[in-house]
Amino acid sequence: MADSATKPTVTTGLTQLPIIGKSDVKPTWCPGCGDFSVVAAVESALKRLKIPSQNVVIVSGIGCSSNLPHFLSSYGFHGIHGRAIPLAEGIRWGNHGLTVVATGGDGDGFGIGAGHFIHAMRRNVDLTYVTMDNQIYGLTTGQASPTSTMGHKTKSTPEGVIENPIDPVALALASGATYVARGFSGDVKHLTDLVANGIQHKGFAFVDVFSPCVTYNKINTFDFFRQRVYKLESAGHNPSDIVAAWQRSLEWGDKIPIGLFYSVEKPSYEDLEEVLAAGPLAHQPAGIPKDSKVLDEFL
Amino acid sequence: MTEIAVRVGGQAGDGIASIGESIARSFSRMGLHVFGLNAYQSVIRGGHVWFQARATDGRAYSPGDGADILYAFDRASVDIHAAGIRPGGTVVFDPEKFPLSASDVPTGVRPLAVPTLEIARKYTSQSILQNAGGIGAIAYLSGIPLDLLHGVLTDSFGRKTGEVVDWNLGASADGFHFAEKQTHPHDHALSKKGAPKLLMTGNQGIALGAAAAGCKFLAQYPMTPASTIMHWMAAHSRSLGIVVKQAEDELAAIHMAIGASFAGVRSMTATSGGGFALMTEGLGMAGMTETPLVVVDAQRSGPSTGLPTKTEQGDLNQLLGAGQGEFPRAILAPSNPAEAYRATIHAFDLAERWQTPVLLASDFHLSESMMTVDREEIDLNVDVPSLFTVTPNGQEYRRYQYTESGVSPRAMPGQAGLNFIAGSDEHDERGHLISDVRAGIPTWVSERQRMMDKRMRKIHGLAKDSPPPVLEGPANAPITFVAWGSTVGAVRDAMAVLSAQGKATNLLHFPTVYPLDPEVVRAAFARAGRTLLVEANYSGQFGHLLRAETGVDLNDHLLKYDGEPFLPHEIVAKAVGMVG
Repeated sequence: MADSATKPTVTTGLTQLPIIGKSDVKPTWCPGCGDFSVVAAVESALKRLKIPSQNVVIVSGIGCSSNLPHFLSSYGFHGIHGRAIPLAEGIRWGNHGLTVVATGGDGDGFGIGAGHFIHAMRRNVDLTYVTMDNQIYGLTTGQASPTSTMGHKTKSTPEGVIENPIDPVALALASGATYVARGFSGDVKHLTDLVANGIQHKGFAFVDVFSPCVTYNKINTFDFFRQRVYKLESAGHNPSDIVAAWQRSLEWGDKIPIGLFYSVEKPSYEDLEEVLAAGPLAHQPAGIPKDSKVLDEFL
Repeated sequence: MTEIAVRVGGQAGDGIASIGESIARSFSRMGLHVFGLNAYQSVIRGGHVWFQARATDGRAYSPGDGADILYAFDRASVDIHAAGIRPGGTVVFDPEKFPLSASDVPTGVRPLAVPTLEIARKYTSQSILQNAGGIGAIAYLSGIPLDLLHGVLTDSFGRKTGEVVDWNLGASADGFHFAEKQTHPHDHALSKKGAPKLLMTGNQGIALGAAAAGCKFLAQYPMTPASTIMHWMAAHSRSLGIVVKQAEDELAAIHMAIGASFAGVRSMTATSGGGFALMTEGLGMAGMTETPLVVVDAQRSGPSTGLPTKTEQGDLNQLLGAGQGEFPRAILAPSNPAEAYRATIHAFDLAERWQTPVLLASDFHLSESMMTVDREEIDLNVDVPSLFTVTPNGQEYRRYQYTESGVSPRAMPGQAGLNFIAGSDEHDERGHLISDVRAGIPTWVSERQRMMDKRMRKIHGLAKDSPPPVLEGPANAPITFVAWGSTVGAVRDAMAVLSAQGKATNLLHFPTVYPLDPEVVRAAFARAGRTLLVEANYSGQFGHLLRAETGVDLNDHLLKYDGEPFLPHEIVAKAVGMVG
């Protein structure tokens, strides 16, 4: 049924695009937003790993931070609220030769999308998930988020939040993630290391980033974190020790750890899905082979 | 045309469906046309379940009206089904389980006591073997040769061999010979007619069609009556190279399928109405990002949880309206397993060609009923072209380029020089957002309209490429039935009954329920008789759609929403009432 009307052919003459860079779309985030550091860290990490930009797909949901794919020169999918993870999983399974980085915010990942977050980690899908956690809903102008702390007064909680926040790091450990880290937008170099190592990690790599909202969150600010964060790498933490990782994940107060909490080598979902052993699905033959005996079962 | 129908009734857990399937498969191997109806409840053990295997030397498109042989596992099965046994029929029962006398069954029907438990005890203490004796007796009554039955039973054990298979063969032979000594075969017992036919369910037709069309990825969440699509695909995952993912919910299922499609793989998801409701937002994203996708809705009685194991065509409005805003879609509605095979292939072709979601409307009655398919009706040799169709020509790549057809060049991640962002926000030709800092700015206001027009133009192509309504039966008939989906089967059988009574009718069958080309549809109705909509829902949703899209107003309707499929006699009665 193919005809010229539905099979147009146009593109550039390039056979390989350079390593990732900025796109010609300028970020629309508020000046001073923590997310600028995250896009810079993702770009630097991919540059460091020298992955050709045509082999990178950046996936997101909806929210301020979910605009991120537009600002880089790779492939991208800017999906709908809360569904970045299953979209990213489908892309990985469709072509596991691609490097897939999912990005988004705390509302997207730990609120509306929390179920997908947990299941992707127990599957150990080989993708990297970077959350820009600002503990507030920014794009909808300042409501409480799943990580807003108790007592936080927002437009939707004028008397203060009366429910406990989700701890994304502890949740990731409980869900079987094989790479669990936390970064801070105030330290791009450290964050770049966490993201780059996460991309190199085989399996689900989770990097939660304290990425302050300078407009709607007046509590969890850059200063708030600068005064509190310390690096696990400098504190003698052993990231292969899950019990120690649990203990560190519970720390919240005057001292808040950032860095790599936990890392372990395990087979990824793609390793265990036998059909993928024959190569990326997108490049495998499709259809039923002519000599198939599949109809015999219906006789 | 001669037909014989065997009904088996008992409790869930008795093995009713496997007995029914063995009988149905025996008939199909005899070269007869078969319709197998599996009627069950939303319980795993207990309750009442039944299976009807109807065979004819003509064509069987529905369960038909009544049965000739009832194999009753309990007294309740007699009470529920005896009235449906036609004169000359037999009720097979085991007197060790409950007594039954001639006065307990309708006039002209005889009880036949078969000692199925006693036969079973010859071989084992496992009472499940009673089923084999019963099957043997039924086979004798309905004309199934013993050796053919033994072939079916042996094959049903797969690679298993040993005493269990031997017991089943022995016990079924005992039941067969017991009946032979007691009585004679039913007057309508059929004999072999030709080469064995394929026997498959609608869901198997869909799954097979998807595989043939090049589907390489299925994500699904369990939901009756769609689950058996996933079961078939999972069982064939390795041999056919298809990744099957049971997702955490339907939201994930549709997004996984969209992700895989974006990555360059033909993808599908399947569900029932409740799961489809959850997929709604993802469906719109497939429309907005112009990502091909096939979604199966195997409908069941709604609203809400409704009747999970009963049929309805109540989701048409949902399929039409699912998603905020507007985007092009097509809805195909096969009526039987052979059509399901072909419609699924067509759905993949449309989705890919027009880069938009295509919906396949099935329902419980189609998805879970079995029907014979002639070997020639299934052509596995389907052209599956590569999805990598965009080639470099030195110009800037615009994923959402404005074109006359509305279809833009589609690149796959991994292709050099074609990087783009698929956006669920409104976007320009390059995929850049026009939803934030550009929204409302005059230049971009008109871009939004152009992009919307581009996408929506695809509806014309979808209409042109989707199968048009088909007139079945004589061209000039006083009554024209109008039907879509599984309901078509009972209409076809009703037409045969009416024809035998000398009453000519015809059928306008809609294999595509949306989009409808008004000119084509109006032309199809130009020579129609009095029109009768036969549809399995409360409000006649297709009738409303037909009027809205084409201005065609139907004369009368026969609607059913009790969860049960249409039976031919109901349609015959309505038609006779219309013409007198």
